[in-house]
Amino acid sequence: MAERKRALLQGNEAVVEGAIAAGMRFFAGYPITPSTEIAEGCAKRLPEVGGRFIQMEDELASMAAVIGASVTGTKSMTATSGPGFSLKQENIGYAALAEIPCVIVDVQRQGPSTGLPTSPSQGDYMQARWGTHGDHPVIAVSPSSVQETYEETIRCFNLAERYRVPVILLMDEIVGHMREGIEMMSPEEITVLDRLVKEDPEQAAMPYDIVPGEYVPRITPFGEGIYYNITGLLHDNWGFPSTSPVKNNRQTTRIMNKIIKNAEQIEKYETDGVDDCDTLIVSFGGTARSAEAAITIARENDYKVGLFRPVTVWPFPEKALSEICDHVKNIIVAELNFGQMTLEVERIAKGRCEVTHIGKVNGTILKPNEIYRLIREVSR
Amino acid sequence: MPSTLIEKYIRESHLPHIWCAGCGNGTIMRDVIQAIDNLGLDKKDVVIVSGIGCSARAAGYMNFNSIHTTHGRAIAFATGIKMAKPHMKVIVLTGDGDAAAIGGNHLIHAARRNIDLTVVVFNNSIYGMTGGQFSPTTPTGEFATTAPYGSIDPNFDIPELARAAGATYTARGTTYHVPQTIKLIENAIAHDGFSIVECVTTCPTYYGRKNKKGDAVKMLEYQRDNSVSVAKAKTMTAEELKGKIVFGELYVDNEKPEYTKEYEKIIEIAGGRSDE
Repeated sequence: MAERKRALLQGNEAVVEGAIAAGMRFFAGYPITPSTEIAEGCAKRLPEVGGRFIQMEDELASMAAVIGASVTGTKSMTATSGPGFSLKQENIGYAALAEIPCVIVDVQRQGPSTGLPTSPSQGDYMQARWGTHGDHPVIAVSPSSVQETYEETIRCFNLAERYRVPVILLMDEIVGHMREGIEMMSPEEITVLDRLVKEDPEQAAMPYDIVPGEYVPRITPFGEGIYYNITGLLHDNWGFPSTSPVKNNRQTTRIMNKIIKNAEQIEKYETDGVDDCDTLIVSFGGTARSAEAAITIARENDYKVGLFRPVTVWPFPEKALSEICDHVKNIIVAELNFGQMTLEVERIAKGRCEVTHIGKVNGTILKPNEIYRLIREVSR
Repeated sequence: MPSTLIEKYIRESHLPHIWCAGCGNGTIMRDVIQAIDNLGLDKKDVVIVSGIGCSARAAGYMNFNSIHTTHGRAIAFATGIKMAKPHMKVIVLTGDGDAAAIGGNHLIHAARRNIDLTVVVFNNSIYGMTGGQFSPTTPTGEFATTAPYGSIDPNFDIPELARAAGATYTARGTTYHVPQTIKLIENAIAHDGFSIVECVTTCPTYYGRKNKKGDAVKMLEYQRDNSVSVAKAKTMTAEELKGKIVFGELYVDNEKPEYTKEYEKIIEIAGGRSDE
């Protein structure tokens, strides 16, 4: 096996290395805490590999530039935090409708508005799913360690290319600024997927015409002599605006279905001790680290506790959690917000077990002891 | 016989266009196409980027790599395209509201960078697509659906705004002065840096009707009778120039470095290999 490079990195730096390994060659961003190290890393690293970095005038422009670069076939990314994530939403919807692959990193910070810029949060969980207007597809991925951040960033690019959707790398300040030793894979170990195109130029001129049995359009990038139109209006197979109810329904349904029908390929989760547990902790991102520590304490005290940690947080790994709901008594959802993933877990549990939320909205992390106390309480 | 330009560059299957009778947008679209043809550009390397509004619909009718983006953001999308593929000719078709109101920030920052984009502003002095609201170029005192008592907003001079921000080629044409405007757009595309051509166009349906400017012919006659060339304008006083449309090349700077060429140097310093 080829040698792996070891490095001590913070989560934000691991995003940059993962993105470059996945083939990112364009980054557009705007400074915002706590994601700025990603822009700084891209400014340094991209020209080294022949890629390009630009600091745009605002968040809206960064998102627009990323989509612009992507239509030429260039893998592109932007990174931001809460306020900037809000500003990017309109163009994220554009990427979803026009089916332009791109990766958006949101390093979550506490609070609405300017909030607490340097403090962790998971308050953008629902925004990652429904932040832009209208029904639209999206994938969101939330890593819990620096190693996982590196690997999941690569997967985010592959998912974006494979399904032609905006993929949200939903980080939090905990993981973004956490430093851990990681192993970077050698190029031959890394699977890199590229968007598919049509071979026949005549078929390629109809970019949104779907190959039978597929859900994802094969669109030739700009600059290769295939002339077609891209628009944020609902459109026909040629990419031209259409107001036909039949075509509009077909298009909107297909872009939703390409995620729904492929959910099992997109989903990723980790479980620990779920087969014989009474209490299940559902937690993701940086908070899952506290949950893991709480579970260790609880097991030392003879509580039967398991962990369900979604890595793909949208679409939520519904089937896997649902099976566990059949035999556990309690579910605790530990997340740094007022109860957002809790809503998704309640929806899946459908009353089969008690669902309790534990969270925090004061800019500090959930501590293992706090989660352990709740484990004891619900186990009574 | 139809113009050979139509066969070469227009998506005939998507005509008729949506513009109102008397609208000048078709004239500007043809000017842009003629300029591209005159320059003999390879279509493969031309990207037409538009925002939202009446002007923005031109992109879809033009058989190039065309992308109709979000309101105000065309220049930002275009910046991403140009950065990713610096050899491409990226032409932005936008309107007065799209470029100078919601997209004003992108306009001034692209001008500041002097990135090689060509921005053609279809200036009809009104928001046409939404039915006649005043725009940043509606002259003060004139009427719109959102200025029923006359607009109190001072108006922008778009080429002057772009020049002040750092654009290195600025010009103004009109839908009356067709051959001159084609040449201006041609020069703008050939210019290596941020270029902008404001094209004064007619909107008899909203701007014209709200302000009793008459039909399309009357509005074109107004352009003819109230335009002065850059050379002539130099001999006139500020008082004499009030209400006049100064057309021609307003500002040209061939010295300022172009942004993507500067970035190539960054790649070299960093030890990377550019694929351009």
